[in-house]
Amino acid sequence: MSENMSELSRRRLLQLSAISGAGLLLAACDVGGGSDTSGDSGAAGTGEGQIKALFMKQAGYSEDDIRAMTDEFQKKYPKIKVEPSFVAYEALHDKIVAAAPASTFDVVLIDVIWPAEFGSKRIVTDVTDQFPANWKSDMLGGALATAAYRDRYYGVPWILDTKYFFYNTDMLSKAGVDPASLSTWDGVRTAARALKAKKVVEYPLIWSWKQAEALICDYTQLVGAFGGKFLSDDGKSIAFNTGGGLQALEFMKQTLDAKLTNPNSAESLEEDVRKIFSDGQAAMALNWTYLFNAANDPQQSKIAGKVGVASTPSGPAGAPGVNGSMALSVSTGSRNQKAAWTYISYITSAEVQNTYAKSSLPCWTRSYDDPAVASTLPQVVPVAKKQLADLIARPQVPRYNEISQILQAELQNALLNRKPPKKALDDAAEQARTLLS
Amino acid sequence: MTAAPPARPAPTPPATGPAPPARRWPLRRHAAGGQIRLALLLLLPAALVVFGVVLYPAGRALVISFYDVDSPFPGRYPFVGLRNYTDILADRRLWTAVGHTAYFTVVSTALELVLGLGLAQLLAAPLRLRWLFRAIVILPWALPTIVNGAMWRWILNAQYGVANALLTELHLQDGYRSWLGEDPFLALNMVVVADVWKNTSLVAFFLLAGLQTIPRGLHEAARVDGAGPIRSFLRITLPLLVPNIALVLVLRTIEAFKVFDIVYVMTGGGPASGTQTITFFTYLQAFSAQRFSSGASLAYLTVTAILLLALVYLRLLRQSELRSP
Repeated sequence: MSENMSELSRRRLLQLSAISGAGLLLAACDVGGGSDTSGDSGAAGTGEGQIKALFMKQAGYSEDDIRAMTDEFQKKYPKIKVEPSFVAYEALHDKIVAAAPASTFDVVLIDVIWPAEFGSKRIVTDVTDQFPANWKSDMLGGALATAAYRDRYYGVPWILDTKYFFYNTDMLSKAGVDPASLSTWDGVRTAARALKAKKVVEYPLIWSWKQAEALICDYTQLVGAFGGKFLSDDGKSIAFNTGGGLQALEFMKQTLDAKLTNPNSAESLEEDVRKIFSDGQAAMALNWTYLFNAANDPQQSKIAGKVGVASTPSGPAGAPGVNGSMALSVSTGSRNQKAAWTYISYITSAEVQNTYAKSSLPCWTRSYDDPAVASTLPQVVPVAKKQLADLIARPQVPRYNEISQILQAELQNALLNRKPPKKALDDAAEQARTLLS
Repeated sequence: MTAAPPARPAPTPPATGPAPPARRWPLRRHAAGGQIRLALLLLLPAALVVFGVVLYPAGRALVISFYDVDSPFPGRYPFVGLRNYTDILADRRLWTAVGHTAYFTVVSTALELVLGLGLAQLLAAPLRLRWLFRAIVILPWALPTIVNGAMWRWILNAQYGVANALLTELHLQDGYRSWLGEDPFLALNMVVVADVWKNTSLVAFFLLAGLQTIPRGLHEAARVDGAGPIRSFLRITLPLLVPNIALVLVLRTIEAFKVFDIVYVMTGGGPASGTQTITFFTYLQAFSAQRFSSGASLAYLTVTAILLLALVYLRLLRQSELRSP
């Protein structure tokens, strides 16, 4: 072995580097060139043939739901073959970006926070001209905002979701807490104290505060309750480090310090919240619609039948829910955009959405008056009807992802006692300032 | 970013006997020329692959690092010279990530070396069922890093993890605690543990190979001269293992420096960015923030650092070889 090693002398290493250097020069001829029409390699196509679609494996419609919808679609449109793929939500954004130049997917699922980025970078197509006028009047406002950026539509709303407040009815009655008192965050805090004092549960509250977008969703909902704003009204400066934005973080921190919030929240995503809540180790949790169905499933829950759901508690400024909706978009590079649009139009239709309402509530106004939908989730639909009319959005800016990452890290700095809340938010604002332009 | 194959650190070409003489007497035999042509022809497919998947992308990345590329599509982007480099070097988050990476590299490599040395001694010992022990020891290394990361994430889960259950049952800790979510430094150490668990076996096998080349007679002679086991380890085993140790150090340092996947799976860079390493930061810049140029310049800074490390190691290695008999 040592003989081989001596062959690899420093000189040889430098020689190898020089050869690589030559390769670099060759490659250099190519970069910066290319066509001006960045990403316009796509084509409408014949409306038939194969398309690939990218979905997420989390909340909302389950993988089984999506496969079933797709099978039904293919029965109706036998000339189009759809191949669905699934990734974790945490990987979805980066997968869309990395797959864009190769046009791997024709249809991609995008989150409400991405139209500004994907639209301005032309990763997904502008479908405003194809968007039927009646959809604009028939879909709920919160849903419509999902795919819109600067009055253009970059997709069709498909998952309409916000975070609801779930509670364990059994635990509340053991502690003598009236569920009606959970309508305000003050009430929630009082209830949590009672639950803890009566030793019903060690940590009454569980949240998804891992360093991820999930943390921003919980934070946003509290920012709304405390009357805060992410950006100033003209959208030119950061506003989350004052007023409601600061109070929201202080509230989070207080519940942690008082040991009302499970400290493991700082490493939990929505799925961890679901497991801990379903396991009877928390009395109250904020989560997406899907928790209700999942926590009532005796196969994966110990508290089936003891799950209460309410709209988000209110703070001094109201009770908006975070807009956590998602939309389906046609990728710019797709060579079969017509077929992609046909598929999207089908699975976003009211009929299909009503059928799968148990997993995710429809985007269509009239669905909520449909007795079939109302009867699938009788406890949730009335709450949803009220909550979905009152949503708060995360900032719609092209550099949202970067701002979010900065904010996630600084929120955690405050939650983990590494910085006072004010300092953490000021630091985040300082770093995010240049990303707004 | 993925685990490198357990190959030697550089693709030293196999001893091609006829090549040097052919260069010296080019016209002596036609057959030699034909052989070279054949050799080149046979090398062509490999060269094409290397160019296509290594050199070309590396070149493109270097060029991209001088432009301001903010979208994944080809197109016209402004040339900014070295601004990406100066911007990224001025970013505080980079230096925090450098600190994490340095800590991870030093601690995990050191632990792997020490534990691997001990393990190699055990594996070399004349025991019954030695083949079985060896097979078991190689298992962690055979596990994909992603699986290893997911496994440790579950072991260390604050609510249901085996680690908490075990330590609490044994009364080594009072109650369940958070390993990956509360204290960023603890989380970083846990990532080190997961990495050490996986890679110690590789180190052990490299060192075992070296141990087996040491003639038993040396140890016997030392025993006759009255040397105890510790002394004979320090004076015979260790000096003779130096080339193997150096090799494994080069491999592991460079691998540890590039750590990405285990962090991605175990902690996602959290808590409070406490486990963000350089490559993780590079990934976030390039794909999450779509600052491809920034990511490319970061990648090149990493490559430069690794190249320097490799040069230092190779020099040390040569010196140790010159000194050893």
